[in-house]
Amino acid sequence: MSCFTTKFADELIANAAYIGTPGKGILAADESTGTIGKRLASINVENVESNRRALRELLFTTPGALPCLSGVILFEETLYQKSSNGTPFVDMLKSAGVLPGIKVDKGTVELAGTNAETTTQGLDGLGDRCKKYYEAGARFAKWRAVLKIGQNEPSELAIHENAYGLARYAVICQENGLVPIVEPEILVDGSHDIHKCAAVTERVLAACYKALSDHHVLLEGTLLKPNMVTPGSESAKVAPEVIAEHTVRALQRTVPAAVPAIVFLSGGQSEEEATRNLNAMNKLKTKKPWSLSFSFGRALQQSTLKTWGGKEENVKKAQEAFLVRCKANSEATLGTYKGDAKLGEGAAESLHVKDYKY
Amino acid sequence: MSAFVGKYADELIKTAKYIATPGRGILAADESTETIGKRFAGINVENIESNRQAYRELLFTSPGSYPCLSGVILFEETLYQKTSDGKPFVDLLMENGVIPGIKVDKGLVDLAGTNGETITQGLDSLGARCQDYYKAGARFAKWRAFFKIGATEPSVLSIQEDAKVLARYAIICQENGLVPIVEPEVLTGGSHDIKKCAAVTETVLAAVFKALNDHHVLLEGTLLKPNMVTPGSDSPKVAPEVIAEYTVTALCRTVPPAIPGIVFLSGVQREEQATLNLNAMNKLDVLKPWTLTFSFGGALQQSALKAWAGKTENVAKAQAKFLTRCKANSDATLGKYTGWASGDSAASESLVVIGYRY
Repeated sequence: MSCFTTKFADELIANAAYIGTPGKGILAADESTGTIGKRLASINVENVESNRRALRELLFTTPGALPCLSGVILFEETLYQKSSNGTPFVDMLKSAGVLPGIKVDKGTVELAGTNAETTTQGLDGLGDRCKKYYEAGARFAKWRAVLKIGQNEPSELAIHENAYGLARYAVICQENGLVPIVEPEILVDGSHDIHKCAAVTERVLAACYKALSDHHVLLEGTLLKPNMVTPGSESAKVAPEVIAEHTVRALQRTVPAAVPAIVFLSGGQSEEEATRNLNAMNKLKTKKPWSLSFSFGRALQQSTLKTWGGKEENVKKAQEAFLVRCKANSEATLGTYKGDAKLGEGAAESLHVKDYKY
Repeated sequence: MSAFVGKYADELIKTAKYIATPGRGILAADESTETIGKRFAGINVENIESNRQAYRELLFTSPGSYPCLSGVILFEETLYQKTSDGKPFVDLLMENGVIPGIKVDKGLVDLAGTNGETITQGLDSLGARCQDYYKAGARFAKWRAFFKIGATEPSVLSIQEDAKVLARYAIICQENGLVPIVEPEVLTGGSHDIKKCAAVTETVLAAVFKALNDHHVLLEGTLLKPNMVTPGSDSPKVAPEVIAEYTVTALCRTVPPAIPGIVFLSGVQREEQATLNLNAMNKLDVLKPWTLTFSFGGALQQSALKAWAGKTENVAKAQAKFLTRCKANSDATLGKYTGWASGDSAASESLVVIGYRY
């Protein structure tokens, strides 16, 4: 094969396929300490370890939520944390059939000579870090590359650098037993229309799969985490069916069938928007050799966070809000979401932050 | 979209889809004057226009063959020829649901500085030629690139250049209403094993699809004509099921679902062998988002040619041989071939020609 041989091949393939189980998806709970600080600040909660731990415990112990999830992406700190009764989070998740994942990139840095385009860092010592994460219980990883749409963006340099960075990360993960989630996010910022977003998405994804081939990555043991194809944030909105059509077509034109699942990022979409769009994609009658699911951060947690407000007495209500979004998205992966989820506080609010940086 | 959508887009998509109809495939009858001359020499027939016309008429008027065929690739001379009743071949074919196609490349030239690697020529005035062919009734085209396997082959240069030139050919065709069949043939010559062939095929196909994306080719209006993945001609043979597994895996790793159909070349395979392999692929219980069918030259014509031997009194016999292969391959596209046609003598002859060039 053009892909490399690894002792982890069967395991990678099995885990990637499992994550794509219809009816399940990923909770992206890998906010860095800095980023979770911003979230906590918005609900007037102090950014201390115990609060960060409490929030994640709230999510992971929500009755009925874990069956809707095949994986949770964690930040390094969380990988080693325990619940209040002393059970390591990773064990809790594993025993409920949820694979723990780990964010391994080290953020973005600017590409000199470009118009504020970026590349992602984190390759140094990545192999060793992956080994340690595997020992700690992680079975998949995530690395976010960021591209933007502008007059001359994304540039060929930005596309190439990000695609090849992703490919190098992916094969290092596989060498060490972690399924790499490949995330080439094209930011929604801008006044471009959906056609522009589609063209850029197709170009970026084509570059990614060429890079993955060059680096001998085993596609059957990877996942893709792309943006949905939408109009820019400053452009008029379109119906979920339109987003579904453009998104699935872009994927048909670029993503080989060997990839078992595509787990969308929600970007700045509101909770309800993200769910409706995913649902529309799964209702579409067209060729989809990969399952289409979610890897949502803000779009799963926003109303939960607001409802919790950092208070012990709100935990039960917050968990109810979280379960609502988990179930809605689980249905969306099957195309059976009826749009009747009880909207929590802020569920319909846009989560867009201009030029979003983790 | 990143794809060029010209005035012919809808027609291209429709034509490509039709050619990929399950139960049908392509007869590659585009042997150049020189090449058909070699075939005729093998049956002691003079290489003159009337014989070339008679031979093609034999094939194109074979009773019962039309439902097995969706297209025929023609050499330029044949595109303008008529039956003995004066009916243009293209009209006869179209009337019977078989789309005429045209070989447009101008053969191979050596790539200087490489170890006998080649590049395909034919881009000059290709647009104008395509327009003429469209007017004459052609609706698809074919262009063949070669890659050989050796210690240092295929080189990065040959992959890069041939992929680029295939992409350039493809977009020019689409600008002028012809569905491009993209044919990146990895030659069987050599003592390598099936894994090596798989690795090279995957690397070549990844490069081809990157190039197609770079050149804005509309994949929904394109067909792929790849080699099957097999051991080298000097290596021990393997079962059709093994060939099927390696071939389909290679395609799942590289061919986007947007491609409607994959029409295999038979290369040096014997008639029966090619059919059995195609059948095994269609029986494989794996998700295949494109149809898998045939675009066979020698593997459809070998027995018919022998039976004809240039004699009018043999026409019916030859047509019967041709029909047998058409039906066998039609069954194979549905995974329903039971081996009923294996009795034919020429069917078991290998078509190996060392250093084969059109």
